[in-house]
Amino acid sequence: MFGQQVMSGLATGSLYALTAVAVVVVFRNTRVINLAQGDFAMIAAFLGIVFLKNFQLNYYLMLPLVILCSMLLGVLVERLVMRPIADTDWLTLFTATLGVYYILHGVAGWVWGRDTKAFPVTFDAKPISVFGTLVSEGHLFNMAWAVCIGLVLFLFFKYTKQGIAMRAVTDDPETAKLMGIPVRFIVLLTWAMAGFLAAFAGILLAPIVYVSPEMMDEVLVKGYVAAVFGGLYSIPGAILGALMIGVAENLAGGYLGAHYKTATAFAMIVVLLTFRPKGLFGIQARREI
Amino acid sequence: MALLELENVEANYGAVRAVRGISLSVPEGAIVALLGANGAGKSTTLKAICGAVRTHAGRIQLDGKPIANLSPNQIVKRGVALVPEGRKIFKDLTVKENLAMGAYARGDKAGIEADYRVVFDLFPRLEERQRQLGGSLSGGEQQMLAIGRGLLARPRLLLLDEPSLGLAPIIISSIFEALRKINRERGTALLVVEQNVHLALRNASFAYLLQVGRIVVEGPTEKLRADKEIVESYMGVRH
Repeated sequence: MFGQQVMSGLATGSLYALTAVAVVVVFRNTRVINLAQGDFAMIAAFLGIVFLKNFQLNYYLMLPLVILCSMLLGVLVERLVMRPIADTDWLTLFTATLGVYYILHGVAGWVWGRDTKAFPVTFDAKPISVFGTLVSEGHLFNMAWAVCIGLVLFLFFKYTKQGIAMRAVTDDPETAKLMGIPVRFIVLLTWAMAGFLAAFAGILLAPIVYVSPEMMDEVLVKGYVAAVFGGLYSIPGAILGALMIGVAENLAGGYLGAHYKTATAFAMIVVLLTFRPKGLFGIQARREI
Repeated sequence: MALLELENVEANYGAVRAVRGISLSVPEGAIVALLGANGAGKSTTLKAICGAVRTHAGRIQLDGKPIANLSPNQIVKRGVALVPEGRKIFKDLTVKENLAMGAYARGDKAGIEADYRVVFDLFPRLEERQRQLGGSLSGGEQQMLAIGRGLLARPRLLLLDEPSLGLAPIIISSIFEALRKINRERGTALLVVEQNVHLALRNASFAYLLQVGRIVVEGPTEKLRADKEIVESYMGVRH
């Protein structure tokens, strides 16, 4: 029982991680807390339905198309909304993402309706035994994807020129520009990455939560909590935070009752920020030389 | 024709007109010093050259072609690299990654590999520490890394903003030795901003002295070395 609760908690947590990491990646390169991150994923889920049902595409043809559209959505939001106001203060930027949040909610409701839809592809609840613990096939599938994406991100940030440049911009945007790094392009890339992660968050979550304009609202909040948990700058911190929240709320749901589930995430952040105000991994202080 | 030519350049530092009509030139392969007290407009001049601040008047030419108000990315591509004041190492990137960022604007893989070699031969300490984070290096090592990062752009003109700042004398002399070697062996022209007059006059062949945004003294360093008092009176230093 305990093992199963932990495993399914990890599975849910790995989906929170997709949102948490996207929040961190955008925040540390643009100082923007992107409230529309969940809606990118929600749009991706609806597009998934469109490609699967209306166009009768197969799952693995749908996936790259949704990723592409979702990255494009990130890029459009950067170009049309965020770039024109890039030099304003954080509150303006934050409010702009709130605007995008409402616009995407509205557009989705207008195009696809406000009622919930079932995702055409679901997974058997049939459990599989992993090291003696029973795990559902869907959970395994999601975890496998999350691990792959984590690996892809790691390789990207560590070994590719654009990945290293993204970290350089995080570190010191002024100097990055002086060294000839086109910071605006890197910021665009950052938003494309947010779209990439949202595509997986939406498609992987869709079979679990049903698809509706509000489907990501709770996940988004938990993604933030996880990002803050890790200190808002650290990708490993955000992943760890997301997994902890997934496991903790699942255990709370299993042993205390279902209605304690969501409260657990917030209780955790309150406790953490009380004792470690800079998050688990600490918000990096910008060191002045 | 000089490699770099500034003609009556004006530029602001924030809201202040920090550069008020500067003309100077850096010949191919030369070492030129830009001297001046704090706030004389030295850093703003360098920033105007590399595209980080806009110029409001005047011309900046590289090889006779105007480069004023191009983006830093385009100016780096044309062969001008900057070693910024205070070194500005990417502290969360490794030494090797810092160097790689110097080469961002380039596409020639083989050439970049060759230039890592050049930098590691020049500063063996960087090769030993290539996997360490930039932030973990000492001040002198960070200055070496900042110079190496500049070299990775394979510049024809390297701009250095106070490379001696805050370093021990023995480190300073080894860094200037490396700079002379770069100049001699690669033919890279250097434009060095310095507050340390002796150091600048010893290493450069020509110097300009700035005061409140204007050039007040210029000449070959041999000549200025003889008139050191004039230079020092403008700098406000006594020795």
